[in-house]
Amino acid sequence: MRTYALYFVSRLAQFVLVVFIGINVAYLITHLTPIDPVEQAISSVTMFGQSSPEMVEVMRKALRELYGLEGSAPQQYVTFWKRLATGDFGPSLSAFPTPVSTLIWQALPWTVGLLVCSTLIAWMVGNFLGGLAGYYRRNILLKALGIVAMSLQPIPYYIVAFILLIVFGFLWPVLPISGGAEMNIDRQGFAFAASIIQHSILPALSLVLVGMGAWFIGMRSLVSNIVTEDYVTYAELGGVDRRRILFSYVMRNALSPQVTGLALSLGAIFNGAIITEVVFGYPGLGTLLVRAVNAGDYSLVLGITSVSIIAVAAAILVIDIIYPLLDPRVVQG
Amino acid sequence: MLKIVRDLFRYNREFALGTILILVVFGFAVASFFSPYPPLDSYVVPPDVPPSWAYPFGTNSRGQDVFWQLTLAIRNSLLFGLSVALMSRILSLLIGLVAGYAGGVVDRVLMTINDTFVVIPLFPILVLFFFMMHDQMSWPLLAIAMASLGWPYDARLIRSVALSLRTREFTAMSVFSGMSARQILVEEHLPYVLPIVFSTTLNNMNWSIGLEVTLSVIGFTNIETPTIGTMIYWANQHTAMVAGVWWWIVFPVALVIMAFLGLYLLSVSMNEYIDPRSRLMRMDSKV
Amino acid sequence: MTGANGSKKVMLAVEHLRAYYVMRYFGTQREVRAVDDISLEVGRNEIYGLAGESSSGKTTFVKTIAAAIRPPLTVVGGSIRYSFLDRDIYRLDRAALSSIRWRHLSYIPQGSMNVLNPVRRVRESFNDFALPHMGLPKQQFSNAVIAHLERLQLKPSVLDAYPHELSGGMRQRVAIALATVCRPDFIIADEPTTALDVVVQKSVLELIREAQREIGSSMIFVTHDMAVHANISDRLGIMYAGRLVEEAPTAEVFRNPKHPYTQHLIASLPRIGDNSPRTALTGAPPSMADPPSGCRFHPRCPLAMDICRELAPEMIAADPHHRVACHAVNPVVRPGGEQMFAKNLGQRSGLVQ
Repeated sequence: MRTYALYFVSRLAQFVLVVFIGINVAYLITHLTPIDPVEQAISSVTMFGQSSPEMVEVMRKALRELYGLEGSAPQQYVTFWKRLATGDFGPSLSAFPTPVSTLIWQALPWTVGLLVCSTLIAWMVGNFLGGLAGYYRRNILLKALGIVAMSLQPIPYYIVAFILLIVFGFLWPVLPISGGAEMNIDRQGFAFAASIIQHSILPALSLVLVGMGAWFIGMRSLVSNIVTEDYVTYAELGGVDRRRILFSYVMRNALSPQVTGLALSLGAIFNGAIITEVVFGYPGLGTLLVRAVNAGDYSLVLGITSVSIIAVAAAILVIDIIYPLLDPRVVQG
Repeated sequence: MLKIVRDLFRYNREFALGTILILVVFGFAVASFFSPYPPLDSYVVPPDVPPSWAYPFGTNSRGQDVFWQLTLAIRNSLLFGLSVALMSRILSLLIGLVAGYAGGVVDRVLMTINDTFVVIPLFPILVLFFFMMHDQMSWPLLAIAMASLGWPYDARLIRSVALSLRTREFTAMSVFSGMSARQILVEEHLPYVLPIVFSTTLNNMNWSIGLEVTLSVIGFTNIETPTIGTMIYWANQHTAMVAGVWWWIVFPVALVIMAFLGLYLLSVSMNEYIDPRSRLMRMDSKV
Repeated sequence: MTGANGSKKVMLAVEHLRAYYVMRYFGTQREVRAVDDISLEVGRNEIYGLAGESSSGKTTFVKTIAAAIRPPLTVVGGSIRYSFLDRDIYRLDRAALSSIRWRHLSYIPQGSMNVLNPVRRVRESFNDFALPHMGLPKQQFSNAVIAHLERLQLKPSVLDAYPHELSGGMRQRVAIALATVCRPDFIIADEPTTALDVVVQKSVLELIREAQREIGSSMIFVTHDMAVHANISDRLGIMYAGRLVEEAPTAEVFRNPKHPYTQHLIASLPRIGDNSPRTALTGAPPSMADPPSGCRFHPRCPLAMDICRELAPEMIAADPHHRVACHAVNPVVRPGGEQMFAKNLGQRSGLVQ
């Protein structure tokens, strides 16, 4: 138990570090770039009409305070972290005066739902099939699947989503290609749930297709290394049931690195999810982010970036916590 | 060297296919130098002409020849990918070699930072970067930003190779013979990690071209420079699919997929060539 | 071939076994003759020791007789008959093969290997390996396992451990218990003590001996360590470069080695009170991808003759219990009176009409 506590503390430290470094990168980008977000917002407002210099000055002061850009650099830095700790990103400029946190909270469940479902499906199916392909190397069907996986794996999420959009939007329009659910539906009940699932099929499919290819290939090569491990050779020599060898000896041991792999690639998967959202106009963080950029909404962009970093770090922490259940050795190391 | 390439081509299907794909893509890029039209001009040809003998890939709604536009776009995309890959190689080599050679605390600190950068979601950060730069966003700037974020994964790979080199005898020999750490890293270890650096370069090009396409398509880059991404961006702006100008989208997408596949297959076959374990596997699958 | 210990029942008879690594890569084919024409017999209740320097083909040989080979290693010729099987072991289908494992034929692995699944508790490994072969209800099986562990002086608590929680010596003891729990007729032990330190080695050897006596099974015991053979083996076979070169009761091998290689092997052993310098063999063990012609030992042999370069010597029983493959040891007198080489070899090569 003590070793687990030690392990837990080290994982927690990693979580804190990811958040700390990630948020600092975001902070540096906002403060080291030559562009002043306040001036940018002002110029976009004043572009459309006359404003008196006094008005502009009032606006400038208000925005500076709003964005936490007042005072010396250290003061700004402290303000930044204070706001982050309280989850206060200020009001959104494009949806004034709705707080940024409210907008993010509305979008977050969509992203989390899409991401968790598609990642789990891709990870499980990809690993299972990849494991089979690594173990039964001569199976024609699995070989063909390997070629499909190989050709899907290097293609970025955007392109796959885009191709699905073209296929199901123009060539064979059977699925909704935009939005999270039907607009004019009662927000409760079965019809709404069905509509949510229907709308999520294409975004989820693009995520699953790309993700599955990667897990498939990773698992296949892991398994074909593990089958030469001593304990597998010995189990074969001991006449252990073949299915037992495949699942409890080969795949079970390949799973550990794949869980680590999942934790390591969550950032990239998250990227993929928000890109896919943009393609299908899915009402999650990705679509919100693009809207925020186009509307010049500084607090919202910064808020989404920060939440993304924290969310990914938290997801990794969750994986790390349950990892020892899968592989008793990690706690020792 | 030439013999290795010839053998790989003959006996490694991935390598052969990858080479062919990359040669085709590269051929397109080279063709851009022979374009009959100034690359950035619009309305030089009649708009929205479907593929024909005169315009093999058709023309777009901005009055540009899709074929010649594509040659320039793929050249820029490849160039972009290559510059990101080369720049980030410097970082990943430096960090990977030092961490692997030094080991101990240095290794642990560097790898903790490394792993942190691996998991940070880069897309929102790059979007934030674009948001801050807006009109001042340029290709070199984006390349630098991506290079300074795109090193960690490969640094870990290089470090693992360097770590195994550290325990080899020739390293101890070099230390005893009074070589400095810098000398050992550059003269003794670098040659061993170069093959893996090469294959990660291909992977990194894939990554950066993919990210560039993604950012461009949403319009979060300098959209005036023709790349595969900005080509699709403009096609989307003119709702090319709805308007039935499919060739404006299909050809760039097809070509960039060829590039992704080619780079990927080449790196896979490179890795296989480097890694004796997978070589052994090939042997037994053939008997 | 006549059984070296004809009075006892033969448990394993290997005849002219050849197993090669056949590799094709980038269009070229290579053959490594790791086991080349080996014949031997193992009697009931006997521990047959197999000695030879590393890469002499010992491990390949035992893997082959255990039917535990995978490509690129392939059986090229010969036969392997166990007394509990009605046919050659390579003529069994997968199901039949796995049904004789552990019940009849089991394997103690090299001490350095990670033979226990790292993510499974020891108890689960026992269930996987032995339960299907014992044919006992789970509770009875569990009792049998605990009884077996206790006989081998192991605490039943090891069953709840993960392999990484055990020491190297302990892991090896558990592996031995695992290999013997079904009371198999035949045990193959491949360098079971090599990776262990001397103290642990001794107790593990005793454990193996103990288990073998208690069960009454036959065993092939492989190690390069002649001292270990002196302790455990009843009979000893010496391998060199993929071939058997000498075979005799262990004491006989130590007292009266006939093959020049064996002589060297015995002479190089340290003896208490003997401080004379040991002479090393010149040259290195041959590459088995491109072995020397004729007798594979001839490039290093002090007694090498012309014939040794041309013809591989066959194992000849010099006396009923002692077989040697050496032209210098087995000169056969031809009817013409010329002492040259073994008659049968000469006939086969067409040199003797």
